[in-house]
Amino acid sequence: MKSIVFSILVFASLNSYAQKFMTKTGSVAFSASTPIEKIEGINKSSACLLDSKTGSLDFIVSIKSFVFEKQLMQEHFNENYMESDKFQKSSFKGTILNLSSINFSKDGEYNAEVAGKLTIHGVTKDIKSVGKIIIKNGKPNLKSSFSVLLADYKIDIPGAVKDKISKDVKITINCMLEAMK
Amino acid sequence: MIIKFKEILLSAFLLTINIYANAQTDSSSDLEKLLGEDNTPKKEYIRNAFKSSRVINGHSMEMLGKGVLDFRILHRFGMIKGGYRELFGLDQASMRFGFDYGISKNFTIGIGRSTFNKEIDGFAKYRIVHQSKGAKSFPISIIWVSGITLNTTKILEPELKKIENRLGYYHQAIFGRKFGNAFTLQLSPTLVHKNLVDTKAFSNDMVALGIGARIKLSNRSAFIIDTYPLLYGANNNYNIFPLSVGFDIETGGHVFQLHVTNTKGMNEKAFIAETSQDWGKGEIQIGFNLSRVFTVVANKDESW
Repeated sequence: MKSIVFSILVFASLNSYAQKFMTKTGSVAFSASTPIEKIEGINKSSACLLDSKTGSLDFIVSIKSFVFEKQLMQEHFNENYMESDKFQKSSFKGTILNLSSINFSKDGEYNAEVAGKLTIHGVTKDIKSVGKIIIKNGKPNLKSSFSVLLADYKIDIPGAVKDKISKDVKITINCMLEAMK
Repeated sequence: MIIKFKEILLSAFLLTINIYANAQTDSSSDLEKLLGEDNTPKKEYIRNAFKSSRVINGHSMEMLGKGVLDFRILHRFGMIKGGYRELFGLDQASMRFGFDYGISKNFTIGIGRSTFNKEIDGFAKYRIVHQSKGAKSFPISIIWVSGITLNTTKILEPELKKIENRLGYYHQAIFGRKFGNAFTLQLSPTLVHKNLVDTKAFSNDMVALGIGARIKLSNRSAFIIDTYPLLYGANNNYNIFPLSVGFDIETGGHVFQLHVTNTKGMNEKAFIAETSQDWGKGEIQIGFNLSRVFTVVANKDESW
């Protein structure tokens, strides 16, 4: 009888630990600003799925959902640079490398090292980045900021605007995840 | 007995974990699946049918965004056949400068002033339907434009000195469609009315069918054609239908339209009713439109 209780307890605790978290309203912002021109877009409908058991971490971001202050910039972003009709989504498929040091059932701030494949503009590259996972009331909040080179993803900048657009783009992620039922 | 019970429990337990663990693998496709649940094709508006709110002379099916100000400087030089002495027409220039403003994403107003006839013109442009794809899509954009022109040259005959004799109007419906990524075609039947015409040989009303097309050459350049065959009211001894061909070149916040045309006028009334130069006789000129947009009110939520 003891062992049954024990098994149930172990199973129950494992079950609550091994959980998936997701959001469809995560925020992904990017900045390619230079001193001459402010170039910033924000996407507030990014999808993210985190598996706290396997450490897998995935993002899917719809390019057309980026909003810019200047509509012409938004138009050029879609039409000329990201070619969003052709490459509608960017994605990241990766894993948390230091999963064991993150306790998803205990509130706190944890550093996370993440590695995986980032696909932008139809080009896939391996990247590695560090970020923070902040657990509060059992809900993880993912925060990270990293840079990518436009040239790595075959995004051309024409000579005429070369000085206005930064060659490396800073991407900032802020996703509040909810436990999946 | 007790041992057996334990074994069963343990194996059942392990099995559960196993199933659970299996369910965890390949979670990348899980995210796609999860998103796929509500993946009914969303309604998506078709954009960038033309680079600019004008094809060359005439209005295009494109609108300005809300809170966007477009400062437009248009030049038409002298006739190319003036030769090297006139630097192929570049010694003379007729111009229009104007401001267009997007009140909402479907409503634009504009005002301009032209050298030709010292004319002031204003217009209102309303998009009735926006071409879209996905759920509840519509295959074309339909736009209505109404404009008024005021000639401010001196009227020599005292009995004609009335403001109404200076006025002209135009009304236009634009039916346009972007086919795929590279080709756009629009038809725009247009009525032009002049309150005062030069002689009885001219009709007060004229109807033309605007045809505008764009073929994209690269992400930042396109070939464009803009013509208005005259259907009604043309004086055959004077009126020639306007025809302009050229290129759109886009650089950052500017759109530069470089073309050759037989028109001097740069508002609808002027280029439809007052074009008399003949392509057949080489009576054409180089022209350019420069469009510079300014964001007056920042965009907060208008995503694609």
